[in-house]
Amino acid sequence: MNAGMPLDRLRNGCCALVTELAAEGPARRRLLDLGLVPGTKVEVIRRSPLGDPIAFNIRGAVIAFRKEEAGQVLVVQVS
Amino acid sequence: MGLTRQSTGRSAVREIFNVDDAGNELVIALAGNPNTGKSTVFNALTGLRQHTGNWPGKTVLRAEGSFMHGGRRYNLIDLPGTYSLHAASSEEEVARDFLCFANPDATVVVADGTCLERNLNLALQVMEITGKVILCVNLIDEARRKKMHINIRKLSSTLGVPVISTAARSGEGLPELMDAISDVALGRVTPKPVLVRYPEQVEAAIARLEPRVREITGGHINSRWVALRLIDGDAKLVQAIRQYYNGRESKITQAGMEVLA
Repeated sequence: MNAGMPLDRLRNGCCALVTELAAEGPARRRLLDLGLVPGTKVEVIRRSPLGDPIAFNIRGAVIAFRKEEAGQVLVVQVS
Repeated sequence: MGLTRQSTGRSAVREIFNVDDAGNELVIALAGNPNTGKSTVFNALTGLRQHTGNWPGKTVLRAEGSFMHGGRRYNLIDLPGTYSLHAASSEEEVARDFLCFANPDATVVVADGTCLERNLNLALQVMEITGKVILCVNLIDEARRKKMHINIRKLSSTLGVPVISTAARSGEGLPELMDAISDVALGRVTPKPVLVRYPEQVEAAIARLEPRVREITGGHINSRWVALRLIDGDAKLVQAIRQYYNGRESKITQAGMEVLA
């Protein structure tokens, strides 16, 4: 089963489903608290000029992540 | 001179938070995710009877105010907007510490009616710390506009706490909210929040830790919740307990180590 690609590589306007989190400890908990549990749909809204941070739509809220943080979320693209 | 068991009652701890607790007045906490209209609810309830400052020892802003209802004064503390209470940030730490140690007479969790699911994460966490919770589903006018229908009654019976829908910016639902706050704070209504059940292994560990925790904290803090945080390895909480309960912290870590060994 495909573990997925890091979320920071998803292009603007694309949607994906979370497969797993590569983070551990407090970082992992923060991602979970923001709604990134496996199976959640994530949409990339836009990036700032330098590519960092990136704005995502997660469960109805717009949340910004640094490229590095987003990279710890593994997803499978759906559209 | 440490804090005695008697002096660690609510008043003493609230003093640490600089809460206006003159004559044992009712203290209500307002919690919620950022961007749920929590400030709107706060402003609508307190009107001009409010002031802002800082949480003691922190740079986090704090708004405090009050409202009158049924001839009584209710002091309202606006906790910082947070996605969770895991104390990953100063805001979360402030919110967590207040709920856990200052023991408010009721806590209103303000949720965004247009994305309820994500807001329930914090609501459930708050319900794990204190039973005196009211869920305020705000932005109900927005939800209506988006043709979203929320079954408030079912939500309330599933969660085990009073649920009030509001559109704070127009004042809708606010009288009902004040009634609900009053009912819970004065003990007329005792919410029975649904408990999140963890896997058997975790529940077994909780069962072993809980009695020891209760012994040490004297039942002032939710012992099931403290046990969960110990199992989680939450060092910050142990530190916080030390800060507020002066010296008992080492006993709690001891209990934690013994059970987890």
